[in-house]
Amino acid sequence: MTATQPKPRTSRPGLLGIYRSDLGKKYAMAISGVFLLLFVFAHMVGNLHAFEGPEQINHYGEALRELGEPLLPRTMLLWVGLRIPLAIALAVHVHAAYALTLTNLRARSGSYDGRNYLAAGYASRTMRWTGVITLLFLAWHLADFTWGIKTVNPDYVRGDVYGNLIASLERWPVFALYLMAMGALGLHVWHGAWSLFQSLGINNPRFNAYRRIFAIVFATIVTGGFVTVPIAVQLGIIG
Amino acid sequence: MTVTLDARIPAGPIADKWDNHRFSTRLVNPANKRKYQVIIVGSGLAGASAAATLGELGYRVKVFTFHDSPRRAHSIAAQGGINAAKNYRNDGDSVYRLFYDTVKGGDYRSREANVYRLAQVSGEIIDQCAAQGGPFAREYGGLLDNRSFGGAQVSRTFYARGQTGQQLLLGAYQALARQIAAGTVELFTRAEMLDVVLDDGRTAGIVVRDLVTGAVTSHAAHAVVLATGGYSNVFYLSTNAMACNVTAIWRAHRRGAVFANPCYTQIHPTCIPASDEFQSKLTLMSESLRNDGRIWVPTDPDDTRPPNQIPEDARDYYLERAYPAFGNLVPRDVASRAAMRMIDQGRGVGPLGNGVYLDFHDSIGRLGADVVEERYGNLFEMYQRITDEDPYRAPMRIYPAPHYTMGGLWVDYNLMTTVPGLYALGEANFSDHGANRLGASALMQGLADGYFVLPATIGDYLADFLNAEPLPTDHPAFVAAEREVRGRVDGFLAVSGTRPVDWFHRELGKIMIEQCGMARSRPGLEKAMAEIPALRAEFDADVRVLGSADTVNQSLEKAGRVADFFELAELMCRDALDREESCGGHFRVEHQTADGEARRDDDNFAFVSAWEWQGDDAPQVKVEEPLVFEHVELAQRSYK
Amino acid sequence: MNLTLRVWRQAGADAPGRFETYPAEGIPPEASFLEMLDIVNERLERNGAEPIAFDHDCREGICGSCGVMIDGVPHGPQLGTATCQLHMRRFDEGDTVVVEPWRAAGFPVVRDLMVDRSAFDRIIEAGGYISVSTGSAPDANEIPVPKDAADAAMDAAACIGCGACVAACPNSAAQLFTAAKLVHLNLLPQGQAERDRRTVAMVDTMESFFGSCTNHGECETACPKGISIDTIALMNRDYLKARLSDRRLLGRS
Repeated sequence: MTATQPKPRTSRPGLLGIYRSDLGKKYAMAISGVFLLLFVFAHMVGNLHAFEGPEQINHYGEALRELGEPLLPRTMLLWVGLRIPLAIALAVHVHAAYALTLTNLRARSGSYDGRNYLAAGYASRTMRWTGVITLLFLAWHLADFTWGIKTVNPDYVRGDVYGNLIASLERWPVFALYLMAMGALGLHVWHGAWSLFQSLGINNPRFNAYRRIFAIVFATIVTGGFVTVPIAVQLGIIG
Repeated sequence: MTVTLDARIPAGPIADKWDNHRFSTRLVNPANKRKYQVIIVGSGLAGASAAATLGELGYRVKVFTFHDSPRRAHSIAAQGGINAAKNYRNDGDSVYRLFYDTVKGGDYRSREANVYRLAQVSGEIIDQCAAQGGPFAREYGGLLDNRSFGGAQVSRTFYARGQTGQQLLLGAYQALARQIAAGTVELFTRAEMLDVVLDDGRTAGIVVRDLVTGAVTSHAAHAVVLATGGYSNVFYLSTNAMACNVTAIWRAHRRGAVFANPCYTQIHPTCIPASDEFQSKLTLMSESLRNDGRIWVPTDPDDTRPPNQIPEDARDYYLERAYPAFGNLVPRDVASRAAMRMIDQGRGVGPLGNGVYLDFHDSIGRLGADVVEERYGNLFEMYQRITDEDPYRAPMRIYPAPHYTMGGLWVDYNLMTTVPGLYALGEANFSDHGANRLGASALMQGLADGYFVLPATIGDYLADFLNAEPLPTDHPAFVAAEREVRGRVDGFLAVSGTRPVDWFHRELGKIMIEQCGMARSRPGLEKAMAEIPALRAEFDADVRVLGSADTVNQSLEKAGRVADFFELAELMCRDALDREESCGGHFRVEHQTADGEARRDDDNFAFVSAWEWQGDDAPQVKVEEPLVFEHVELAQRSYK
Repeated sequence: MNLTLRVWRQAGADAPGRFETYPAEGIPPEASFLEMLDIVNERLERNGAEPIAFDHDCREGICGSCGVMIDGVPHGPQLGTATCQLHMRRFDEGDTVVVEPWRAAGFPVVRDLMVDRSAFDRIIEAGGYISVSTGSAPDANEIPVPKDAADAAMDAAACIGCGACVAACPNSAAQLFTAAKLVHLNLLPQGQAERDRRTVAMVDTMESFFGSCTNHGECETACPKGISIDTIALMNRDYLKARLSDRRLLGRS
């Protein structure tokens, strides 16, 4: 029996060429992931302004829109510097995940009878699902607080961050949805914030052990920071 | 008809023979090399290195392996290391010393010119393997580390942890992979060679069976190279991999290649004893264990106390007692026979009484457990995994097991067998180790043959056939051979007997280890020579091979191999009976000194016994190649 | 000891497969897992049933031929151990043991528990070597190799090519196999000249057969030689470098 022949596959030049490879997509996921993690962290810290009362957080919201003024027109920096790059990062992250998922499904042939995982954790095995949950939540979240779609948040008032926050999170189902979504995000970050080091090849015996610790601490802080606001609303600390 | 053996040893002083030979050998013009088709059977150290090198030179090469990948070849299991006369240690080593040690270690039954060449190219092998990325052990300065091995007085063994064979084989395999990618070598996996085809007395090609589809096909070539390893599995239980077999060289033998010194087999002293009757193979542990372990048995055969409770004065450190100069480091054959004597005296240890103790208690006390772990940790772990006993707490149990076969196809200085155009390399030939192989020399010989010797000598034969196409595979010679192979394969299926192939193999193994193992006697060998044909007849009448020939059928593969082992076993016994002396791995109880040491007979037996096939109905005829020792003085080995 | 086996039987690459149940009675606890299969096979043959086909050879954990899923774990419950070195004393009396072939699109089943791992050969052929034709090597001590680099290269080079990493991976990725060879060669001074070319060629070939890495770490746990997923990180780094570097500058250190 002669051995099976490889399917032809050759590298193409350029960044897009790198992206065409699976490893390239992993880099794209890791780099976009870093950007999204930074955003998530900043967002979480910003949210804590809610504890300072309505003026502070509303002012913070307005300040984001006024970033770069008077040098740049209002909301310009927010769009060009933050929202568009974030959207691109998200799009890349999702596309790469989608493409790699297809590749991986194709690479398999059936499943084992009673597979016994020894190393893969709950977080790593649910990345696909926690990613999808986070993405769906994001749509809800934007409709809730950014776009103010009435079916989602009937009491939405543009510019009143504090009021919108309370109006939305006071409702039990919404509160539950937020907690669940933050749980999913936390799990996603738990694996992702470690995984990105591997994907980018950031590896050195001197600091390898810290990578896992970093991811766990980061995921805990982000999730913890995010859920304090809805819990505080439910407990009446905020409101 | 009897062949005449011409070893074609070049003239001149021994140090110049190889150079002179390479100069006088005919060459093939680089542009003409691609006109030649060469077939290589086997992808171990010898086969892979030869295939890669011939491919680099520009020959068209086909490689056949019965494994799923060339990397599975049994060379991969060699643990200890590879010798080379580099003298990096400045401890007095030289090409001449390696040559001398190898001839002496082989108990003066090897060909001087071949061994000298082996020592000459040994250094280049290390250069080649290091350049390929072989991860040899190194010192902090970045240079190569060496150790002393197998009782050698100099440190000339290069090693990669306990996986030297693996790393050297992967190096050769990777070189082969490069040639496959370059298109000079074509690889056939899961393909077993079942016959050599001759045309007008010359090698024309081979017949191969695809082990997945069962298809039997022919492949023609200008030359065929057999690098198919040794035949220790004739003993059933050995340290060889399960698939190791004699079929390729036996088929060649039946086509006219004479078989040299079949009775020279090496029994390795440090293996883990069998634990039950279903044991399928014996696991070797590196002989380096004997550097720090002390071998003993209880003085009293009826002593059933656990080893740690047996006091010093009730222990017999029999190697230290009998061989004070070398102690536990006596050569393999001496250590193995001594263990066998202990067990024959009923002093064996372990549940089946089939082992001797190898004790690290003193070393752990002297060096500390850390040092012992650093040196032998992986071996201790392996031992514990297999036996569930902790060698740090209780002594290991060891027993000798068949390990290497020095005999094989007879080859001349060019490594060509008595069939023109048919070559044999590595363990498959008989050439360099005489009656006993030294530790860390098998890897050296396989790579010397494949990287350096064959590529330099094959041109001399090929030069005659420039522009001659290989025989077409629809030639009657191929068609007949294919038909014969198919008939043989179908024959095993047609028996429909009652007993599986393995049963017969086990029975054959019992006969062989009992009568043709570590100690051989005339009555024992005669008994074996009566029993083997009887068992063979039973096999022919009663073997049960199920399934079909057109799919994977491992029992069917095995049936063919075991059938060839029967024929080989008879020849081994005949050779052992014929050689009325003891030398190296061949120990005839009739020929020993008063204190039980081997007694050679240089006056009457300083020759190679080469056996020529006479057909199924007549025993092989012996042809002798006299051994002439011009440089090494024949002496009785003494390790007292 | 007495066990029950549930074994995957499949007549050929394109034939449908199914589980069959066989008793494995009176097995000595000292037997290895493959010897247990030998015993079962010998009984099957005596009873007129075709034996279970499985790849195996050296039976000392170095050739890489053997390897089956045992109760959902590659090479079975004892970590750092190839199937041939797993002994039956690791199982309990009365256990039902599930035995399956490696499953991956890149490893098509040949028969029963045998799979075709030739994709690994294709990956090595793509560049898993240092191009040095026989005879052209300099003296072995001419290029010093720092001991730490040599040791790390040896750690990676310990790979036996059994395919457990692919079998273990939920994505059927061959990153650990490929990375082990890349790291072995890329860490050594001798391997630098071809480093970029080798890395790109091997990764591209790997990707044509297998899935991608999601950093589960199952491969590392399954590996009978304990090869670390640190090798995968190094491969990722080398691939990115290789895709971005100016190869004309490779001679500069």
